[in-house]
Amino acid sequence: MARMKFGAAIDAAVAEAMALDPRVVLLGEDVHAIRAPLFARFGPGRVLAAPISEAAFLGAAVGAAMAGLRPVAELMLVDFIGSCLDALLNQAAKIADFTAGDWRVPLVARATCGGGYGDGGQHEQALWGLLAGIPGLTVVVPSTPADAHGLMASALRSEDPVVFLEHKLLSEAWLEWLGRGGRDTVAFDVPEAGAEGEVTPGEVVPIGRAAVRRPGRDVTVVSLAVGVHRAIAAAERLASEGIECEVLDLRTVRPLDREAIAASVARTRRLLVVDEDYREFGLSGEVAAAALEAGLAPRFARVCLEGTIPYARHLEKAALPNAERIAVAVRSLCR
Amino acid sequence: MQASDLFRQMARARAFEDALAALWRGGHISGEMHLGTGEEGVAAGVAACLRSGDAVALDHRPTPVLAVLGVDLAAMLREMLGREDGLQRGRAGHMHLMSRAHLAAASGIVGSSGPLGAGFALAARALRPGSVSVAFFGDGAMNQGMLLETLNLAAAWRLPLVLVCKDNGWAITTRSESVTGGSLTERAAAFGLPAADVDGADATAVARVAGEAVERARRGKGATFLRARVSRIEGHYLGDALVRAGRAPIAEGRELLGAVTSAALASTGGGVGARAASVFRLLNLMRLARRQDRDSKADPLERARRKLPDGEAARLEEEAAAEVERAVEAALGVEPGTGAPGGIT
Repeated sequence: MARMKFGAAIDAAVAEAMALDPRVVLLGEDVHAIRAPLFARFGPGRVLAAPISEAAFLGAAVGAAMAGLRPVAELMLVDFIGSCLDALLNQAAKIADFTAGDWRVPLVARATCGGGYGDGGQHEQALWGLLAGIPGLTVVVPSTPADAHGLMASALRSEDPVVFLEHKLLSEAWLEWLGRGGRDTVAFDVPEAGAEGEVTPGEVVPIGRAAVRRPGRDVTVVSLAVGVHRAIAAAERLASEGIECEVLDLRTVRPLDREAIAASVARTRRLLVVDEDYREFGLSGEVAAAALEAGLAPRFARVCLEGTIPYARHLEKAALPNAERIAVAVRSLCR
Repeated sequence: MQASDLFRQMARARAFEDALAALWRGGHISGEMHLGTGEEGVAAGVAACLRSGDAVALDHRPTPVLAVLGVDLAAMLREMLGREDGLQRGRAGHMHLMSRAHLAAASGIVGSSGPLGAGFALAARALRPGSVSVAFFGDGAMNQGMLLETLNLAAAWRLPLVLVCKDNGWAITTRSESVTGGSLTERAAAFGLPAADVDGADATAVARVAGEAVERARRGKGATFLRARVSRIEGHYLGDALVRAGRAPIAEGRELLGAVTSAALASTGGGVGARAASVFRLLNLMRLARRQDRDSKADPLERARRKLPDGEAARLEEEAAAEVERAVEAALGVEPGTGAPGGIT
């Protein structure tokens, strides 16, 4: 066990894989700087700084994966998927199906996601629902350093494409680069339990398994990433009112752990989804469908992002799921 | 366009960028803050060729052009302070500043100003004959597919568009030359576009070549590509870790250098040569990022100062500073002359 920050825990998993397997290469914009220790250790032949050409380097990562490498392609911000979605949507996700499973694409697409530091609507999106809507992709979004490490280890072992998203409020270096910039005049609502914690190097967290973060009998609160910590904060507040929330951390968006959702909802009969992604046509509706398809008809509510993330910090705070909104929604379900 | 008029606009833009830096350092502006400090010669030189009805598509460093075009400085400041009375009611921030009245719109997605500018040009030709569109972007964006596609579209459709590449040599923390094949100007020429190189620190030269490009577009002769060499005086963004590490290796770069050193000495990894190449490249980037171009001959303000009669530059800079100070006070709701709070000087 070692105490690690969230981003360092991910990099440790990448370093382990690179040390063991020369086919693992890292490529993307500015990787010499954002992964400077990996660059220094493995050299410019395995840590390749790319031009601002997402469509080309993510597309090339797909080809490289098909032809024998195991690339980790870094996209900086998941918002930038807008300029290179084809590589995932029409290439990586479809190769295995086109070849009836004969040709696999062992690619990890790593990107940051999420808001809470005032960077505005083109740099703070979650977008895991959009990506998880594509059959053939696996999408993981950890909420703790241990999961971040273990899910990256799993992603690196996967024979199929995995999108690995790290939330910027949890990822110390990204928050420093994009939010703080060396200033002591700004503050962020960083969930401590998510930003730093105990990690067992080499431990693998299986893809597709949710984790109960807090048991409870009254309401199932399904969330992921920073939302998990907001839900736990709300649950602690609600416990003093006699309402016990069960907080379920999805950890993987696709494949969704439908059994875990159904098992919890079968007991609580109330379901709240806390999702930093857009409310409509996304994850929150899919979680509701998982309950319905399991033959359950829980009372249902969701706390999600309603639209474009506003730049102003007070508007941003209100737009992103927070403990107050979660508590209000839980109370309405229990009324 | 008189040299003093160009200088006045550059001084206004510089004073505005410096005010933004102070507000950002004071924590009043959140998130990233990409300044256009060093790009004022391009902003002033190109904008001098534009008139009402022309449109501009901007990148993540939009403020110098918007200041020169006459967008209300206090309204922009209030926007970046996240206020309800801001230019876009606090919804946008600096990367997405837009003024419909000026047909000016910025985007934080690298390269996206190209297609946007092409669309502005298409609308100009259909709805405002004789009007033109200008797209501003950096050399980093020149490797973005959508921008390369735009070069072709602009040529194929003979759009009334001026494509202005502000070449500062950097793509975030990457030296452009290390990730770019060929010459940017020759690349544009290969699409069949007239392409010219200009010293972006020389606003008069920019105004001259931009004037020819704009006139060509107005006459329906099609698009032009301009590559203007500029300096990135404040790094990729304020607080740029590479700049801080380069300028203060002990105070700011210790953590990075420590991590790099211990990683380079790890028992497993690349060969000695590969590790040495990486470390050498990182140190070289820090050395390059450290460069202080303010008030050097790479600084468009300094270049223009030297051309003006004694006292003229100082007078215009004082006027610009006073205008921006009034805007800051108006934005913050401070009584004029009583000073501003929160680390703003």
